[in-house]
Amino acid sequence: MSETSSSGTAKISTFVLMIVLIVLALSLVAIALAVNAFILRQEIVAGYLLVIGFIAMTLSAYVLLQSRRRVMSMKIANPSMMTMIECRKCGSKSVREFQRGDYVFKELGPCEKCPDDKMMITAIYKEVKEKEKASPF
Amino acid sequence: MNAMAAELPALGNQLFQLPTGDTISQILSMLSYVFFIVLIFYGQRIQMYMMIREVEGSLYKLKYMKEEGRKTAIETIKEIGKPQTDPSDRVDRYLEYFTISPQSMDPAGIVWKLDHILDVRDTRLKDEVKLMAPATDEVQVNNLENTLEAAMALNYIYKVVRHFYIQGKKTLSLYIIMQLQMILPLVMKEAEAYARALKAFAFGQPIGDGAGALVAAKLMHGYEVRKAPKDCVVATALIEGRTAFIIKAEGPGGNVGKPGDAVKAVIDENEGKIASVIMIDAGLKLEGEGVGEVAEGIGAAIGGPGVDQFKIEESLLEYHIPINAVIVKEDIGDAVSPMRKEISDAVDKAIERVKSVILERTKEGDKIIIVGVGNTIGIGQ
Repeated sequence: MSETSSSGTAKISTFVLMIVLIVLALSLVAIALAVNAFILRQEIVAGYLLVIGFIAMTLSAYVLLQSRRRVMSMKIANPSMMTMIECRKCGSKSVREFQRGDYVFKELGPCEKCPDDKMMITAIYKEVKEKEKASPF
Repeated sequence: MNAMAAELPALGNQLFQLPTGDTISQILSMLSYVFFIVLIFYGQRIQMYMMIREVEGSLYKLKYMKEEGRKTAIETIKEIGKPQTDPSDRVDRYLEYFTISPQSMDPAGIVWKLDHILDVRDTRLKDEVKLMAPATDEVQVNNLENTLEAAMALNYIYKVVRHFYIQGKKTLSLYIIMQLQMILPLVMKEAEAYARALKAFAFGQPIGDGAGALVAAKLMHGYEVRKAPKDCVVATALIEGRTAFIIKAEGPGGNVGKPGDAVKAVIDENEGKIASVIMIDAGLKLEGEGVGEVAEGIGAAIGGPGVDQFKIEESLLEYHIPINAVIVKEDIGDAVSPMRKEISDAVDKAIERVKSVILERTKEGDKIIIVGVGNTIGIGQ
């Protein structure tokens, strides 16, 4: 339960990173051997080595991307909260970012248009953009 | 010795010589046979390891959320409560608190036992918060309690998932792992909702569950408000020619109050002469339904452990008072995370629906009770 363990959880594992790098290096070796075999006119061997090299390279890149995606998905997005301020007398409205201490029906300073009346917080909300695909149902 | 020295370069050449095309194709075909045989005999085990890996990924995320919860709670206590000593140990102890529900072998009277246990729990947790954060007022104590409860929920979810994960790995039982993997999307959704709720509670922002409380707050705003049992407020307002007793939990601190006690008190004050009770709450939506849809029905619209629902139903039964309900639809994630604009906007629609229920179901001059149920964090009156 250390203070820093949260950041540790959100990192790519060193073990995974090491394996990915080794596979990546081996794939490069396979590609180099393929080039060598091609020069020696062993086309079939060159073909096999080239396929193995590219598959290994694609796999290591995929694992690396997946690990990165996992780390990214750890972070929880907190959309910004908005506070709506209203004057009940003249009806003027304004929206600003939420500040600690705000609550619905909290009285604030006097209204700019009608100084006798006080402004009031009438709503606090977050706006969420839906990612869902349109469904026929 | 000389012959051996002569053979070594030849051996080296053989070793580093590239294999021919035939050799490689033979190796690949052998490998495919081995792969096929392994899949036949170890397919299920491989599938299990894949499931374990999937659960492991979610467990990492849960661990991260749990640690963030603890960190947020400690930071908020330090910021607001100005404690003399480091509150980390107390927070860790708080996160491990448990509540034992009453024995139900003889269910008669269990509601009152549960009510008592919940009261003791609430008092105990509030006292703990006051000890951790001495420089806090009542509103901040409620907000901190809510923050710690969200952190506690994350801690508990993490521990339960970890328990089944380790048990599944130890026993290598496909069925334990499979059950865990199947419910994991729902568990993660709930955990993510709690993780989002942390900041809302720490900053005192309204949450989706407060839709009912917001409806009541809008209806009672401008009228004189008095305290009602327990942690609730009641205002007497004139709506469509009827005398309405509007009840909600006392805000703006994080608090759900005990509407069951408040409703009973108001009914008793009026000797049961109440024409109707209308309850407004956030209701769970089904997939496909829109957030902020308003629906109307019959019954006590109130969640939680059921104590308040029982008390309200008992009070209504005594005087045969009809009960109506209006709900604002949202999913579990919306209910415990900061209030969405759709829900905030739905409050006005819910008020219109309440007014139409009043007009249709009661007569002018009647007395009615309107109860806004839900956590009133960030909502005054």
